[in-house]
Amino acid sequence: MFNKIHFLFKLASTGDIARRYFVTNGFDGALAMLGLIIGFYGSNTTSTTIIITACFGTAIALTISGFVSAYISESAERKKELDELEQALLKNMNDSAHAQAAKLAPIFIAAANSLAPLIISLLIILPIWLSHLGVTLPIQASLISIIFAFIILFSLGVFIGRLNGQFWLWSGIRTLIIAIITAGLILGVEKLLE
Amino acid sequence: MSSLRRIVLDVLKPHQPSILEFADTIANQCDNSRVKITVVEVDEKTETIVIYIDGIDISYSSIEKTIIKLGGSVHSIDEVEVSSVNNCNV
Repeated sequence: MFNKIHFLFKLASTGDIARRYFVTNGFDGALAMLGLIIGFYGSNTTSTTIIITACFGTAIALTISGFVSAYISESAERKKELDELEQALLKNMNDSAHAQAAKLAPIFIAAANSLAPLIISLLIILPIWLSHLGVTLPIQASLISIIFAFIILFSLGVFIGRLNGQFWLWSGIRTLIIAIITAGLILGVEKLLE
Repeated sequence: MSSLRRIVLDVLKPHQPSILEFADTIANQCDNSRVKITVVEVDEKTETIVIYIDGIDISYSSIEKTIIKLGGSVHSIDEVEVSSVNNCNV
């Protein structure tokens, strides 16, 4: 069973695409959470219920949007590829492993695309959630969440760097700089609105 | 009672799976078999291959099913070798 799934994934080049989607949407999720929490932090919102609800709402929206968008686009792409292959081979491929892979690959890719922002968002929200549950934290929960977001964005940069053979530290610092610029922009806008 | 000992097939297949996986999957279908694949022609999306299968009792139907499952189609049977265990009564 595992061998068959592995074979189908290899046939559809699923691993590479799922990894790319995971990083892309994971980056989206981390940056969205960072933006939300910095927004709340800058506006001095103290209600953890409001912060958690807003963050969870965003995480769920990103998860569903990630699944649906990836599934629709990948299904269409796979169907097109299968049609082209059928034309080249002058035969119906319904009984082939290619047809099975064309059905399975979009589900797996969509799952990777939707789980990335969900897992990352939950990790970032975790300190605020713990604080909400009454756990005493060494510093303000929002600050820990912001630090978590920076660490995750740095890690995603390191991961991308390792994939494309770049120096991992430089790649990590680059995504960290993007996160810092985003945070700066949000705080700047908040100051302007005050 | 006769058994198929050797068969040579002309097959059109997509680039994926590779001939290595193709040969491996076919070899797993028949015990004590030897599978050799030669690529004859490569096109944009397909390749034409010749599969040589040597074995003791080759099941053509299971090989054909495997080829279809892997996305290929048998264009022609180019060579067969069948052996009989009975005495010749001509």
